[in-house]
Amino acid sequence: MSSTTSLDHIGMPRSRRFALPNLRLPGWAVSWLQVGPLMLILSVLFALPTILFLVVSFYDYDRIGIYPAFILDNYRDLVTTPATWRVYVSSLRFAVIVWGVTLFLGFSVAHFLVFHIRSSMLRTVLFLLCAIPFWTSGIIRAIAWIPFLGRNGAFNQILMGLGVTHKPLDFLLFSDFAVIVTYVHLFTLLMIGPIANSLAKIDPALIEAARDAGASRWRTMVDVIIPLSKTGIALGSLLVFTQVMGDYFVVKTMSGGQSASIVSMLSTEITAMQYPPASANAMVLVLFVAVMVACMMRVVDVRKELVK
Amino acid sequence: MMVGGPSRAGAVSEKRPWTFYALGTLFVAYMAFLYGPMIVIYVLSFQGENGGVTFPMVGTSLTWFADIVKPGQMANIPVSFSRSVALASVVSLLTVVFSVAAGLGFRRRFPGSGVVFYLAVASLVMPSLLVGFGIGMGFQFLGLDTGLFTSALGAQLTWTLPFGMFAMFAVVNRFNRSWEEAAADLGASAFQRLRYITLPILLPGILGVAMGAFTLSYDEYARTTLTIGQNNTLPLEIYALISSATSPTLFAIGTLTTGGSFLVIAITLILVMRMQRRRNAAILKAG
Repeated sequence: MSSTTSLDHIGMPRSRRFALPNLRLPGWAVSWLQVGPLMLILSVLFALPTILFLVVSFYDYDRIGIYPAFILDNYRDLVTTPATWRVYVSSLRFAVIVWGVTLFLGFSVAHFLVFHIRSSMLRTVLFLLCAIPFWTSGIIRAIAWIPFLGRNGAFNQILMGLGVTHKPLDFLLFSDFAVIVTYVHLFTLLMIGPIANSLAKIDPALIEAARDAGASRWRTMVDVIIPLSKTGIALGSLLVFTQVMGDYFVVKTMSGGQSASIVSMLSTEITAMQYPPASANAMVLVLFVAVMVACMMRVVDVRKELVK
Repeated sequence: MMVGGPSRAGAVSEKRPWTFYALGTLFVAYMAFLYGPMIVIYVLSFQGENGGVTFPMVGTSLTWFADIVKPGQMANIPVSFSRSVALASVVSLLTVVFSVAAGLGFRRRFPGSGVVFYLAVASLVMPSLLVGFGIGMGFQFLGLDTGLFTSALGAQLTWTLPFGMFAMFAVVNRFNRSWEEAAADLGASAFQRLRYITLPILLPGILGVAMGAFTLSYDEYARTTLTIGQNNTLPLEIYALISSATSPTLFAIGTLTTGGSFLVIAITLILVMRMQRRRNAAILKAG
């Protein structure tokens, strides 16, 4: 029987020792068995806690404890506090700037690696070079900018050494600039990964066809490459956007106390045990992120692209 | 984030277009941007005993590395490190088992698949601290104690499981089902197909998921801080160090982490390469 020998090389034993009794389950049941554990964990540890703080956001509280109730005061207080709006506007501004920068940078790097590097070995090495700093703790990577951007920092030394400036620049550290630089440093990889994955799936013949049909480099980019990589762009944008909106320590450490993030505002309430207003704040943030994500999912049907 | 695939030599004309040089320059600039501050902290981690967290260097020493293993001063790095590694290993193992299963489950359409998919998306994009907040509050209401392998483990899984599942989609999409069908035609049972066909072919992708989940867990801060209870993991300990006093010890930790990562990557690459070589040899032998 020649068919058995062809299976030998992957270690398939001739005897059916491991064969289980052949249960015939319908396909959907098998799928549910496979997805079940994940679904269960996410339901208990993600969906239930989310419902919990939705409920608590309507509770009443004072300095001693929290009391079950259905009041809208927590939301009213939140919306009527000017500080809330300030923090949301500032976080949104950071998110949009960082999104723009990481999208440009991430797309360019991914495009370079996928289309311009010919050897696949070199491509793997360059990808790893992009990924290695990601393995160092985000907190350490954030504070790594302090000696780099500070008054006596490496960057100022270089600038002065080159004679670009005579005095060290002060605006570099503990400013919005420092916050944006740190975000871009931390999150560009989240853009490179999904976009490169999308670009790698594009059939080179399509690009050749576009060129043969007389399309310029620019038109090929706009009409062929970008539309075909929109899943990666959407996924990367989603990750970067939600990371910035949910940031906890970058704004705190790098802005020198000048700005706050939504989450650091929230954590102050949590440490003060003011769970109902913290929950209301959390619900608003969740809704905000959900609307943004839904808009992105509208543009690209991520599901159809991911699960064939 | 999967790399590789066939060489795309055909896609580029013989002469490099100007865009190659433009993008190449940008890539080099990005590398400088990525590694510039990292190199600064590697250098500063060898700061002399009387030096601080910024330049200039006051001589060189290994004091700050010695400080890491000296327990008790401000934080206990070795113990929190071992906690982080233990937690990350468990998270990584559970993530691999459950997300590989889910990735395989999604190969056919099934009723309710949309619910699972969007639940995973929601879990992935949920601001991290809020997950910890919800779980921590839930534990408090139920009168349970938060702890490393209960609430913290759970909080991290809400992040690593969706990540693992989406990564598995990319891996599974490249898998050619006719391999399995061929095995079935040759009389392999469902278990044999999984054990001898599907898993070995998906193994490089599965290793990627394991490494990714380990990294996410090892670095995780915002989800863990409200669910950890008494004993800190390494990122929490590092954060406590920043807020109390800054010393080059932090940079020494960074240098060690990077060194460790290089080691892990090298070992993984060697393993994957050896695995591929063995498989190719086996296929050649089988003719």
